[in-house]
Amino acid sequence: MLQFLQLIASGIAQGCIYGLIALGFVLIYKATETINFAQGDLMMLGGFLGLTGTLALGLPFWAAFAAALVAMLFFGMALERAVLRPLLGQPAFTVVMVTIGIGYLARGLVTMIPEWGTDTHVLPVPYKDDIVSIGGTDGLILSMEHIVIIAVTALLIVGLYLLFKHTKIGIAMQATSQNQLAAFYMGIPVRRINMLVWGLSAAISACAGLLLAPITFVHANMGFIGLKAFPAAVVGGFGSIPGALVGGLIIGVVETLAGFYLPEGFKDIAAYIVVLVMLAVKPNGLFGENLRKKV
Amino acid sequence: MTPLLTASHLSVQFGGLKAVNDVSFEVWPNEVFSLIGPNGAGKTTIFNLISGLYRPTAGLVTFEGEKISHLAPYEIARLGIARTFQNIELFEHATVMQNLLVGRHCHRHTNWFQDLLFTPKVRATELQFRRTVEEVIEFLELQHYRDSMVAGLPYGVRKVVEVGRALAMRPKLLLLDEPSSGLNVDETEDMGFWIEDIKHDLGITVIMVEHDMGLVSRVSDRVFALNQGEELALGTAAEVQSHPAVIEAYLGGADEDDVPAGAGAAA
Amino acid sequence: MRFLFKTHYDQDVRLFRHGGQVFWYGLLLAALFVAPWLLPDYYVSQLVFIWIYAIAAIGLMILVGFTGQVSLGHAAFLAMGAYTEAYLHQHGWPFALSLTFSALVAGITGIIVGLPALRVKGMYLAIATLAFGFIVEEGVARAESITGGNAGKAIGSLEVFGLPIDSEQRFYYLSLFVLVLVVIGVMNLLRSPTGRAFVAIRDSEISAQSMGINLARYKTIAFALSAAVAGIAGALYAHKLRYLSPDQFTFLQSIELLIILVIGGVGSIYGAIFGAAFWIAVQQFIVLAKDWLPPAIAQQTGLQPTVFGLILVAFVLFEPMGLYGRWLKIRTFFQLFPFYRKGLFRRQKSYMKSERLK
Ligand SMILES: Nc1ncnc2c1ncn2[C@@H]1O[C@H](COP(=O)(O)OP(=O)(O)OP(=O)(O)O)[C@@H](O)[C@H]1O
Ligand SMILES: [Mg+2]
Repeated sequence: MLQFLQLIASGIAQGCIYGLIALGFVLIYKATETINFAQGDLMMLGGFLGLTGTLALGLPFWAAFAAALVAMLFFGMALERAVLRPLLGQPAFTVVMVTIGIGYLARGLVTMIPEWGTDTHVLPVPYKDDIVSIGGTDGLILSMEHIVIIAVTALLIVGLYLLFKHTKIGIAMQATSQNQLAAFYMGIPVRRINMLVWGLSAAISACAGLLLAPITFVHANMGFIGLKAFPAAVVGGFGSIPGALVGGLIIGVVETLAGFYLPEGFKDIAAYIVVLVMLAVKPNGLFGENLRKKV
Repeated sequence: MTPLLTASHLSVQFGGLKAVNDVSFEVWPNEVFSLIGPNGAGKTTIFNLISGLYRPTAGLVTFEGEKISHLAPYEIARLGIARTFQNIELFEHATVMQNLLVGRHCHRHTNWFQDLLFTPKVRATELQFRRTVEEVIEFLELQHYRDSMVAGLPYGVRKVVEVGRALAMRPKLLLLDEPSSGLNVDETEDMGFWIEDIKHDLGITVIMVEHDMGLVSRVSDRVFALNQGEELALGTAAEVQSHPAVIEAYLGGADEDDVPAGAGAAA
Repeated sequence: MRFLFKTHYDQDVRLFRHGGQVFWYGLLLAALFVAPWLLPDYYVSQLVFIWIYAIAAIGLMILVGFTGQVSLGHAAFLAMGAYTEAYLHQHGWPFALSLTFSALVAGITGIIVGLPALRVKGMYLAIATLAFGFIVEEGVARAESITGGNAGKAIGSLEVFGLPIDSEQRFYYLSLFVLVLVVIGVMNLLRSPTGRAFVAIRDSEISAQSMGINLARYKTIAFALSAAVAGIAGALYAHKLRYLSPDQFTFLQSIELLIILVIGGVGSIYGAIFGAAFWIAVQQFIVLAKDWLPPAIAQQTGLQPTVFGLILVAFVLFEPMGLYGRWLKIRTFFQLFPFYRKGLFRRQKSYMKSERLK
């Protein structure tokens, strides 16, 4: 039983990461109806920026963390402005291909940056190897890395909730995602909102990268983990923000359990089996709305 | 004589909205039957119910005496019901010719494997399809656009191509959703002639949704008016236009443009 | 300029529209026929890769370019074809039979992978195919008795109707022959009701079904054919490489095929072939470029992804119709000379077709 709880706890932590990346997808999907295939690579860039902040610039960890988020916010906005905006109004397939291209570029260019390169790096965090045990010495043991992931994710969600409910920008973002044209007529600067959405989404991914770094290290291909966030987003119902997180948690927990109880190999494909089952049973996901084209 | 199509107690609901509510009508062979009503009255929804894109929540549709409201759209099309769409749903990245040829799809009798090998039978059917399509092209005077991509055509032409694609099916029943919307006066005039010819020369029954009361009066045998999903009146164009409930419905909706010609005078 | 006077419907139905086309394609085939005698083995070998990639790309084109369904897992079909061929070859099946069977196995896999397409589309379908791709990849690695697992599987020498395919030249002719067959088959489809049904589904599902097209049936056919053609490419790939391992059929391979389509031009057979040629050429070019680039860049494993990414982004932004579109422009320029207008091919302002209910 204890072991089971232990697995659930680390599954939840892993699920938070998937959830955060899925959240990045969903924000962009809601705003532009396209999927950003470079989401995982944005996460990787976040990890590397954190590395530079702590090691090269010598910032304290949390300062480097914040700096990396801000940097990625601007990077996401710049990306939208430079590459995505010219494609506004093009079919989703076109935009998806461009984001795939950005992903290749990010993975390639990162290896050419001195200090980053092709190596695997350790991001030094102040809470490395700390553990917390609940219920005495032979109770549930949680590693500090996992606790930080869960706590920061929770904080981020509260922040996003406040942003969307109580700020003008957040409400404008919501309006834009529901009906771009109507929002445009209402005088909402749709393009600038899209840019902000990209920035926000990049920052959230970077956050995922920084949280994940102590567990998996930082390297050029760490972004491929983003591929498991697709199932998370679909399970939650693409287009639903709480769905993305719940989907992420489900995938994280199922994967961890599969890794422990099922034969080798199932861990890596558990997420994909879950998503196929979901599509067969409930194609719109847990929180998705049933949208149909009207003629 | 039996009706070609009947709708009996047809209802459909989207969430709380009753888009069509207990509507019944019969369409007789070789007539032009028009549906009119203000925006959101449920006219397109009735078309979608007939062509199988929506399932009725109550009631049924029959075609030539057989129930069709449980069939899939492609099965309904094969029975001989063709349609056009309010917002033009053409195959944009194909030529006019190819669009019309798709209209012949239900009349194919080869399978994908024969197509892959392009057997003599496929060739023969293709030639036969082209003959029919050329007739439609001639009928609608589309010769000039035969090999043009649809994506580059002006709106008025696309509207005609869509009618052509439906005609290429050689249907028994043709559903036209606002055939004249977006057309100029001349083009509307042409459309009127074609609809008359479709009825007289091709012997095809037409159900038409239309806002232009001039066109409606000109071509319709009977007119069915509805508002908010419910029947208002049924009769000749003149009868329906002077029906108090119809005048009320149109004047009630604040949109001046929707008042059918003549309705204002009658009020 | 050329004017065509049509005197018979048959002219619309034929594979070649006019004598000029027959001449040019004949010349091209003749050139391809003598090429292996004139070129060094290494280049012949690269041409073989182009043919194989072109077959795979045509397979994907059936699905993406003509039917409008996405697949992010096409490498799975390559894998099915490759491993089926390897297995049957090992068990002594004659090539013609084993190749057909490989296509069949891949095609059946395609039908299974296509099942979600009957219910979901767009991004959901993309992710369903991606999921299948990963599952097949893992399955291949685990089915050690058939595939040799991660250790890989070697393939013995090939013989076709008693003729040993023991040189680059012979394999070149074999794969070119298969490519030509595939191209003719797909062209046949496109000029017949099946191909038009694909295009109809791509452009408007709603009116396709109102025209009597059974969406489920044709989507399934598209998936099956697309996968079968990819399976054929996989089978040839197996003989070309003579050694298979699961890491040749990854997600990135599926993405590469998509990139080939975008570079070549989505929606035409030429596009698939041009794209494949360009793709192989770029890889050669990167190898050559390493010699004169500064070592800081040339030594990096990231060079290849960087170049791929740059090319992809550049094509989408600046030549969205791909190489085939560029070719059309050049041809039109000469045909219309001196009347070519600059705006002739301007990107149509196409507003996003929203799948959402407004
Ligand atoms: N798929 C759907 N989901 C939800 N509501 C729908 C759907 N289709 C139609 N409706 C609603 O049903 C009502 C009737 O719509 P319909 O399109 O039939 O109107 P119409 O009579 O064709 O109007 P118009 O003249 O504007 O074309 C509208 O309120 C519309 O919003
Ligand atoms: Mg309507």
